[in-house]
Amino acid sequence: MQTIFFKNKPRIVATGTIAGPKECAGVVGKYVDKTLTDDMFGESTYEKAECKMLSYAISRAIENANEQEENVDLLISGDLLNQIISASFAARDFDFPFLGVYSACSTLSESFALAAMLVNAGYYKKIVAATGSHFSSAERQYRYPLELGNTRPPQSQWTVTGAGGAFISEKGSDVAITSATLGKVVDFGITDVNNMGAAMAPFMGIIEP
Amino acid sequence: MTGKNRENYNKNYIAYVHSFDPPTQHFKNCFRAFLVGGLICCIGQFIRYMLEGVFKLDGDELAGTTSIILIFLGTLLTGLGVYDRIGRNAGAGSIVPITGFANSVASPAIEFKTEGMVYGMAAKMFIVAGPIIVFGVLAGTAVGIIYLLL
Repeated sequence: MQTIFFKNKPRIVATGTIAGPKECAGVVGKYVDKTLTDDMFGESTYEKAECKMLSYAISRAIENANEQEENVDLLISGDLLNQIISASFAARDFDFPFLGVYSACSTLSESFALAAMLVNAGYYKKIVAATGSHFSSAERQYRYPLELGNTRPPQSQWTVTGAGGAFISEKGSDVAITSATLGKVVDFGITDVNNMGAAMAPFMGIIEP
Repeated sequence: MTGKNRENYNKNYIAYVHSFDPPTQHFKNCFRAFLVGGLICCIGQFIRYMLEGVFKLDGDELAGTTSIILIFLGTLLTGLGVYDRIGRNAGAGSIVPITGFANSVASPAIEFKTEGMVYGMAAKMFIVAGPIIVFGVLAGTAVGIIYLLL
């Protein structure tokens, strides 16, 4: 039973988003709540900026849902750094329980799935699910220093500088989480650090074994 | 799925992924690497002639001073945030010369400065250049022993 169907249909009441200058140069810029002109977000390190963005996304999601921080039951959040440090540090800013998750690019989906399960079961009523990442901190974590004069292959992907949060509740909007499919870990033998997309989102339909 | 089956499956998948990679432009890349790498070597040679002609240096002193000046230039350009832009376009042209080695030491130093001077900058300085130093010293020792025995 890989897919779970939610009988009570938990709702996504509101979202809070923030993104960096490169991300907002395109069409995404029209939809985010806040656009950063400076990717340091006024902080001294990229990690601190990532943490601040995540904190902003969480409080903005609560604000957009017209709710108070006191009423939030749980925060489910994660990020790309060691010991999900940005999410843990962002959680210090809030006075509600925190559940840390890690699943790389699908961290937000996993947060949604867990939030929907908890709300559907009736354990919690109001949950904020959030995640964030920063290009510069992820480069250091997974690849090379920024100033290193190496070449990126054309197929290499960029980690987003941005954060997003969603306020999930029993009712309050027309957007519902109806089901969740939990993934298996499948190793397709991709070892290229510049092409993590191929490792994380394999498209199985077309390949014959 | 295990064993041979899994292996074939992965091989097919990797081939499928690579079919989407844009083709490497070998001629363009080699030409740029040749131009930039050649330019760096010309600058080095110019410095060498200047040191020889104006400052009357010779032998090990001459070679050492030339290297030091090139390392300084590589580090300076890394600090100014220029070297990674050169590297993005020049590829091996700016990695192979000694300026590239300077860049590979200076860039982690800048990157990890935020984690402190000792545990950050000093400790993480050689994360890129470390293997070069280890195997360089190892190869040097091996050659030295062979030289001694001959």
